[in-house]
Amino acid sequence: MADLSCNLGGIRSPNPFWLASGPPSNSGEQVARAFDQGWGGAVWKTVGEPIINTTSRYSSIDWNGQRMMGLNNIELISDRPIEENLREIREVKRRYPDQAVVVSLMVDSTRKAWHDIVKRTEDTGCDGLELNFGCPHGMSERGMGAAVGQVPEYTCQITAWVKEVARTPVIVKLTPNTSDVRYIARAAQKGGADAISLINTLNSITGIDLDTFVPRPNVGGMSTHGGYCGPAVKPIALNMVSSAALDPEFHIPISGIGGIATWRDAVEFILLGAGTVQVCTAVMHYGFRIIRDMLEGLEFYLEEKGFQSLNELRGRSLPHLTDWGNLDLNYRIVAKIDPETCIGCQLCYVACWDGAHQCIHLREDRRVPLIDEVECVGCNLCALVCPVEDCITMAQVPGPAGKMSWNALRSGRS
Amino acid sequence: MSEIRLAPKLRPEEYRTNFGDINRALSPGAALAEASRCLFCFDAPCTAACPTHIDVPAFIKKIATGNMRGSAREILSANILGASCARVCPVEVLCEGACVMHGRGEPPIQIGRLQRHATDWAFQNPVQLFAPGSARDKRVALIGAGPASLSCAAELAKMGYGAVILDRHPLPGGLNTYGIAYYKMTPEESLREINLVRSLGVKIQCGVQVGHDLTLEDLEADFDAIFIGVGLGKTRRLGIPGENLAGVYEAIDFIEEVKSKPFAEIDVGRRVVVIGAGNTSIDCATQARRLGAEWVAIVYRRGESEMPAYHYEYELAKQDGVQFLWHAQPVEIQGNAFVQRLVCVRTRSGAREASGSFRADEIPESRFFIETDMVIEALGQDPRSSFLEKLPGVQLEKGRVVVDPGTGQTANPKYFSGGDCANGGKEVVDAVADGKRAAAGIDRYLRAVGPRPPGL
Repeated sequence: MADLSCNLGGIRSPNPFWLASGPPSNSGEQVARAFDQGWGGAVWKTVGEPIINTTSRYSSIDWNGQRMMGLNNIELISDRPIEENLREIREVKRRYPDQAVVVSLMVDSTRKAWHDIVKRTEDTGCDGLELNFGCPHGMSERGMGAAVGQVPEYTCQITAWVKEVARTPVIVKLTPNTSDVRYIARAAQKGGADAISLINTLNSITGIDLDTFVPRPNVGGMSTHGGYCGPAVKPIALNMVSSAALDPEFHIPISGIGGIATWRDAVEFILLGAGTVQVCTAVMHYGFRIIRDMLEGLEFYLEEKGFQSLNELRGRSLPHLTDWGNLDLNYRIVAKIDPETCIGCQLCYVACWDGAHQCIHLREDRRVPLIDEVECVGCNLCALVCPVEDCITMAQVPGPAGKMSWNALRSGRS
Repeated sequence: MSEIRLAPKLRPEEYRTNFGDINRALSPGAALAEASRCLFCFDAPCTAACPTHIDVPAFIKKIATGNMRGSAREILSANILGASCARVCPVEVLCEGACVMHGRGEPPIQIGRLQRHATDWAFQNPVQLFAPGSARDKRVALIGAGPASLSCAAELAKMGYGAVILDRHPLPGGLNTYGIAYYKMTPEESLREINLVRSLGVKIQCGVQVGHDLTLEDLEADFDAIFIGVGLGKTRRLGIPGENLAGVYEAIDFIEEVKSKPFAEIDVGRRVVVIGAGNTSIDCATQARRLGAEWVAIVYRRGESEMPAYHYEYELAKQDGVQFLWHAQPVEIQGNAFVQRLVCVRTRSGAREASGSFRADEIPESRFFIETDMVIEALGQDPRSSFLEKLPGVQLEKGRVVVDPGTGQTANPKYFSGGDCANGGKEVVDAVADGKRAAAGIDRYLRAVGPRPPGL
């Protein structure tokens, strides 16, 4: 069996699946149940001076009859006393020595406040700290969370304060609500962080009640922007993880977060360089039990691919990412329709005709459309809209000889 | 008289269960999930398969977006009886049969149930879906208040024509009110739909028999065009001895009784034989069972493969415990005032006939009896020849009104026709389509005729 164990900047866990800081990791009782079911680690819901939460707190985007494609929350950090959280953390760590217990922290932006909370937290025996510089709602209005994580200098400074006293590895959790996450990642590294985790939630308004005109979630007739997460944000998270991983100035490990709900999602994050992955929304939707398929699916995948450990998988897709200017402009594919499996819905036709490049045509005698392969620009749209698996495939056809990229063209001209 | 053996009456809740909705309404959540399955095909095959060409993907996507009013209007603008059709259409051979999901090896989108979801909404949330057109100076009389006339009249009213429907029955709707199995559609559901037609300004006069209470000449004088939508007549008789015994029913009369009387007042025998294996026969057999008959059999002179009933109906009858006796030709009904037994002979498939079905050849010396307390003859309906033959200049063929298929116009240009009396007996949705086409034909005709002479 493949080795699933991980070491993220010195934090060890039996598998890469951690609970992300959030409602599922709010108490010792929950974290213990999660560990019992197989989770490899947990980032405790952010500990700090207790806050008062609103009701309601969550809202979501449903899509095509499916619930919670995206989730939005305006919940703040832990509303429980620091001592109570720390006592439970100590207890859980004692009961589960093998699992990674990481504590998310957020306090006022003073050196003393951070020194104090780091020392108290590490007294529990936890395996590491995660600095919450990402929370985009509520706490940021108080000068914490994303208010720190959006300014590289603050990120660097507070990380450095923490590192002055921390004895365990320090992860800095980044907000995606920034123009280029690499600047913040570099600042965390400069401050001495042992790893980063990303992404925290995206600023969002999920929707509005069309009868009352109140955006969701409704708190007594008013609302506020929240943090968006769930399957909808995965592509954004993958891009941000890869941009940090590919940054030549950035060298510390990454814990991937953002819309991970299955082992497939996890593999994708690991292929882009993530050391571990963190999961929250999927647990909020289906519970801790999803870990069983995540573990089994990942094990079987590694076995089928012949990998002995996650290290062989990690970052394997990064060499396949490059700037647009390096892409081969001579590479050419065209769409092919399999008439045997085509069900005649003609969605490819209308998509190409109205929404793309007018290369698919209807026929008089049958419902299977016809692709003009000479005109086809190989955009993929027809294959994307086709409801039948492998009915429309993109086949490579000979293009001009050799490779040609925009960057090569440009340098040839200059 | 003591021989008659009636099935015992059922408890009220048993009637309610037996005649409750056979295809229950979708919950809003289930409708949304089903609507979301629809692929939204371009030039969709389901729309092509619908005789009234409802834009099926359009109305389904409107359900998915919560635009229920638009969804209902999408359906009802193409088919004013869309609520009935959602309940009674043989969807497996029409829209759902054409669904591309079959090609993916998946169940088709439940178009009928979604259509019902949207149209039910329209009746539960009274909103104006249509307005009558600006008034024109022409009036059309429509004889018969069945689906063809209702559809034609609604279209005419939307164009601004005056439309007056005349029907000899106490209630409008024709077979929609009187002739559909109760568990598929109640009379109330038919009547609420007719109120939608009335809301467009269509006048419906019931209890009026043309040729009796007023003459065709009266109508010709008062109206600029006349639409004939009288449907079919009596059930065809077998012409065998004993048909006049008490306990022998015609299918249409039996179904009408189920639709117009309280269930507890309808007598059925303990043992019931239905002759014929069409969809109407199934309606009779299942309803007799649901009224309490202990044993119901359908007797058909040909084999299973030649049964005209739809597969769905056949399955329904089997689920209701209806027996099927294939290759049995009734030759006599015996009894003593009341029906006691049906005498049949066995048949076998003979040569193929022009119609494509095999001739049922009687097997000599094969007489047998079926003990029964009630016989329902369901052999199809005869045309209403005696009425149709009086229509001036209107040409008939095999009892059907001959019409231009594109316009519904008869050989007499002032007369138009559609529905069962012109097509020989098809589905409600075909009658609605006929009515729509005829309305367009009437519009073209009346525009060509020009303004009414003054004084009329």
